[in-house]
Amino acid sequence: MSTSQQPIGGTLGTEVVPVAPGVNLLRAAIILLAFAMAAAVPIAFASSYQLFQLTLAGTYAIAILGLNIVTGFNGQISLGHGAFYAVGAYTTAILMTHFDMPYWETLPIAAVVCGVLGFGVGFPALRLGGLYLALTTFSLAVAVPQILKYRGVEDWTGGVQGTFLVKPDAPEFTGLNNDQYLYLFVLTLAALLFLMMANLLHSRIGRAMRSIRDHPTAAEAMGMDIARIKTRTFALSAGITGLAGALSAIAVEYVAPDSFNVELSINLFVGMVVGGVGSIVGPIFGGLFIVFLPNVAESVSRAAPGVIYGVILIFFLYLLPQGFAGFPRRIAALFRKRRQD
Amino acid sequence: MMQRRTLLASSAALLAVPRLGHAVTVGVTATELKIGNFMPYSGPASAYGVIGRGDAAFFKMVNDQGGVGGRQINFISYDDGYSPPRAVEQTRRLVEQDHVALLFHTLGTPSNSAIVRYTNQRRVPHLFLATGADKWGNYQDTPWTIGWQPSYRTEAQIYAKYMLEQKPNAKIALLYQNDDFGKDYVTGVKDVLGSRFDGMVTTASYEVTDPTVDSQVVSLRGSGADVMVTAATPKFAAQTIRKIHDIGWHPMHFLSNVSISIAAVMRPAGPERGIGIITSAYQKDITDATWANDPGMRSWREWMRKYLPEGDITDSGYATAFNASTTMLQVLKQCEGDFSRENIMRQVANLHDLEVPLLLPGIKVNTSPTNFHPIRQMQLQKWSGEHWERFGDVIEGANV
Repeated sequence: MSTSQQPIGGTLGTEVVPVAPGVNLLRAAIILLAFAMAAAVPIAFASSYQLFQLTLAGTYAIAILGLNIVTGFNGQISLGHGAFYAVGAYTTAILMTHFDMPYWETLPIAAVVCGVLGFGVGFPALRLGGLYLALTTFSLAVAVPQILKYRGVEDWTGGVQGTFLVKPDAPEFTGLNNDQYLYLFVLTLAALLFLMMANLLHSRIGRAMRSIRDHPTAAEAMGMDIARIKTRTFALSAGITGLAGALSAIAVEYVAPDSFNVELSINLFVGMVVGGVGSIVGPIFGGLFIVFLPNVAESVSRAAPGVIYGVILIFFLYLLPQGFAGFPRRIAALFRKRRQD
Repeated sequence: MMQRRTLLASSAALLAVPRLGHAVTVGVTATELKIGNFMPYSGPASAYGVIGRGDAAFFKMVNDQGGVGGRQINFISYDDGYSPPRAVEQTRRLVEQDHVALLFHTLGTPSNSAIVRYTNQRRVPHLFLATGADKWGNYQDTPWTIGWQPSYRTEAQIYAKYMLEQKPNAKIALLYQNDDFGKDYVTGVKDVLGSRFDGMVTTASYEVTDPTVDSQVVSLRGSGADVMVTAATPKFAAQTIRKIHDIGWHPMHFLSNVSISIAAVMRPAGPERGIGIITSAYQKDITDATWANDPGMRSWREWMRKYLPEGDITDSGYATAFNASTTMLQVLKQCEGDFSRENIMRQVANLHDLEVPLLLPGIKVNTSPTNFHPIRQMQLQKWSGEHWERFGDVIEGANV
């Protein structure tokens, strides 16, 4: 496995390869360069609307990163991550409107709330495993929008009407407008989270997660506490997705139960598969995919955007069964094959 | 030209009141006028997508007839999937990327709620929304947003007015869905009854998630009411009709007009159980033979044949599109070539007794700077066991 086989900007590939310090430096340089490009190019060229789309894509990417930790790296299928996204969004909305907290202070709280919720759900549910877990989480995604409409919590959530929140103003010294600032904020946070997760997944804990995915019996025989690792992974994953939800609430400036229907959970799942299950850079593509593909589908046919969406999706899965993240690998494989021919 | 602009700019600088009083014109060229819209073409509410197709077909007809004010209308409609975040995204796309002059007939209470602050901050005309919530008539707080169809609140006012006329000492039972939609009815009844509300009305509410409303109906009967107002969505309306009949209660029964579908409500409830139920209408029923030779209906059928040959001629969404678009066209005509956003809003609030082809006779569109409820009249209709029969005069909502 050489660096040429890694995805673009994806020097955080999943495989643990012992590398020379020089290569590490090169990686760091490439990551920094990619980040600088991602920050500078849209700020310089994109319109406010495009920045808003990219900001949304960024929040989805973080949400998918969370989902990918639990599904891609730990092998537990969750169809209910939209619920954590919703709880994160509402936590921020409530803290900002009822407690006048600044937006950035609400983010860690949203993450912790969702983490605790994830732990609570994961504790009993993860003993089920497999398809049962998928259904349990799915039911969570179905239930949350209705719970948000519940009369008892209406004073806090705003009920069906939803709640407005105020987009943060860019600090004056930056000289940026609000959309540019928020994009940079989300991008920076996303970059930090992706780096942290890459580190975590390459560590002892990450290896434990993957060994549980690949062979639970062997993992248990090695002395791993499967239930404990699974529950904690689930909590971590829920926390990250909740943080993404909180960011999306700030970007959209509005939360309502209808914003977080079952389709959201499915979309996150689609984004994860398209980006690449068990890949760290995959979620970035996944986030871009779920923001931009519906618009592409609609521009092809207004009569049946769903059909176009489906066709494109199938096409992607056929061409890139490992997701976008597997694309460079696939190209490399093709070249090798041709050389052999 | 150059001089005038310089003059304007310098005088503005002098007065230090930037933007104020300046007419802003966006989305209009010498030959084109851009109108933006979103609709749920996909997702849970995609049945409403026909309304957007109807609007598009209407403007196509307008263009074929030479456009308006010398401009061809470019109607841009995107899919929001009935999802508020998507609605925000599509609205920003329309306003910031496509630079539309105005937004027209955007559908759905949640989606419009998500963008109303944005459109009012940006001062983008947000016109004739396809939702029945009452809040779109709030001209003080959201002066750039206006509804179109009679609001649920207006509807409730009309029921209350008729009821007071028939039974001045009625005891009223009011069953409502506990959300924006249901609460608008409570407000409407309160508008008419005023301080007598508490003495005359017993209320009960249900959640959309409740399995049935049986216990609410039974307890409302226990209050001794002789009038029932049901502000419910179709499933619960059918349950209410059935339960009222089964417990042998015979109140004067008013039913919200979102739940008068024969297929979805009256037949499941049992057509004979609902005899005598009163509801309201403001548009001509396109399936009613009464209107076979009606000129408005004929022009509508002609349009359907030419511009929507594959459209379902029994889908009332096309009638709604035709009516709302006719209203929009009138506003554009009244602009007389000045399509600045300020002038568009001035003309929106300046419609007088406009007759629209598929509104019931006697129902007219009226707006003013202090009236952002374009349609405030309805006619009552009664269930005969087979169909709805209109009766009485057109009734206007209360002045509040």
